[in-house]
Amino acid sequence: MNLENIFNKISSSDKKKFSRRDALKNGSMKGLAGIAASIPILGATGMKKVFANTSSDSIIDILNFALTLEYLESSFYQKGLTTNPNLIPAGDRNVFTQIANHEGAHVIVLRDTITALGGSPVVSPVFDFTASGTYADVFSNYQTFLTLSQSFEDTGVRAYKGQAAGLIANDAVLTAALQIHSVEARHASEVRRIRGQKGWISLTDSGGAPAAIYVREDNTIQGGIDVRTITTVSTIAITEAFDETLTKDEVLAIAGPFIVS
Amino acid sequence: MDTEKKQQESTKEKGGSILTLPLSRKKFLVFSGLSVVGIGLGIAAQGCSNDQVVSTPPTGTDLGSGDLGILNYAYALEQLEAAFYIKVTSSFYTGATNEETTILTSIRDHEIAHRDFFKAALGTSAIPDLEVDFSTINFTNRQSVLTTAKTFEDLGVSAYNGAGYYIQDAGYLLLAGKIVSVEARHAAAIRDLLNPRSSDFAGNDVVDPSTGLDKQRKPSEVLPLADPYIKTIITANNLP
Repeated sequence: MNLENIFNKISSSDKKKFSRRDALKNGSMKGLAGIAASIPILGATGMKKVFANTSSDSIIDILNFALTLEYLESSFYQKGLTTNPNLIPAGDRNVFTQIANHEGAHVIVLRDTITALGGSPVVSPVFDFTASGTYADVFSNYQTFLTLSQSFEDTGVRAYKGQAAGLIANDAVLTAALQIHSVEARHASEVRRIRGQKGWISLTDSGGAPAAIYVREDNTIQGGIDVRTITTVSTIAITEAFDETLTKDEVLAIAGPFIVS
Repeated sequence: MDTEKKQQESTKEKGGSILTLPLSRKKFLVFSGLSVVGIGLGIAAQGCSNDQVVSTPPTGTDLGSGDLGILNYAYALEQLEAAFYIKVTSSFYTGATNEETTILTSIRDHEIAHRDFFKAALGTSAIPDLEVDFSTINFTNRQSVLTTAKTFEDLGVSAYNGAGYYIQDAGYLLLAGKIVSVEARHAAAIRDLLNPRSSDFAGNDVVDPSTGLDKQRKPSEVLPLADPYIKTIITANNLP
């Protein structure tokens, strides 16, 4: 099945459900798009001069970057739920249906927000979740599917965190990005535990996922403080207690093998 | 007491939509022009008097204002969580499984690390150690313990999500981001213990199914919910 078609289908059906016009009509305008539209002045670019940040990306670029990751996740779960009905055991289907619904909603929210801010949402790439054969059985072997699910969720958490500073000039967008970020973390925790892993990241333990996703997770220096020197808990626990960031380049390198075009 | 009542009432209004966020001090700063930038946070906060809750003279521990106020706010919540899990793990409830004791012990250590980190980071600006009140929790009962854990974790997630945009300093924002995702991991794990392999780990009661957004609450919404568990009187007269 053509992935782009799947995406178009998701987008159009979700659009029907969640369009801004409908939301407005219902008097319950929700989500990032409505917010951005209601306070367009927040999109003003001058603020970046005021709150200089390390990232030179514009807010729209960051949102398009996030959108690309959400396309990847949403497509992955849609495929996991539909391609092979025997892939996900019945007892875990509720989990992945919930995750898929969230990722689909994130796609819509990000697209609408980018549009509301005057940008153009990127179109969904075409994905190859086998990564050219590396994960050939991703949709026939549940363990492989789970490994990639954990990979995408932990990457998502670290990717959003890495972009937060770049959104500091826009309160509404920053807040919504944080609200997506914590949902990705909930997903990550659940999937990790289904795999028999801890819900959190210990040192750079990748649990069979690509090691690049867990670089620097063994960091113990936070805000200039070596946390090992000011607490009694173990180093492993300290590294679990703080999730680290990934840069955009690192994330794209991780996602690259799954993107065909 | 009146203010407290009002605060509690306002939390009932469900602070879900970001649309309800008031114009923040940050924005006030921005819109009042470049010249304001560079003046200390305290002055900026004074300038935006519309945001401030007047009245109520501080009778207890005030969290402070600006970024330090937000960090103290986080420190207070982490103190609460750490104290809770220390008590939970000091004598586990009846019938606790190995999986449960492992998870709860891990979470305890994370919360201690968070607590100790904020204390060190705040230095002399840190609020004192809080006295907690867990008299409503039955620590021998699984449901009571896990339900309270769920409440604290979900509250923590919404608190960090809602506080992020009040933080002026990108470094502090990053730190909050590093912690909030761990709180969200905890929340999902606890929820999964209560209702295994269901949609509850990111249930529709916390994640709006139409947007996929987790809850966010501002300090004035969070503190009344934490208040029943904290004996020390905390005021947040200079926080949103």
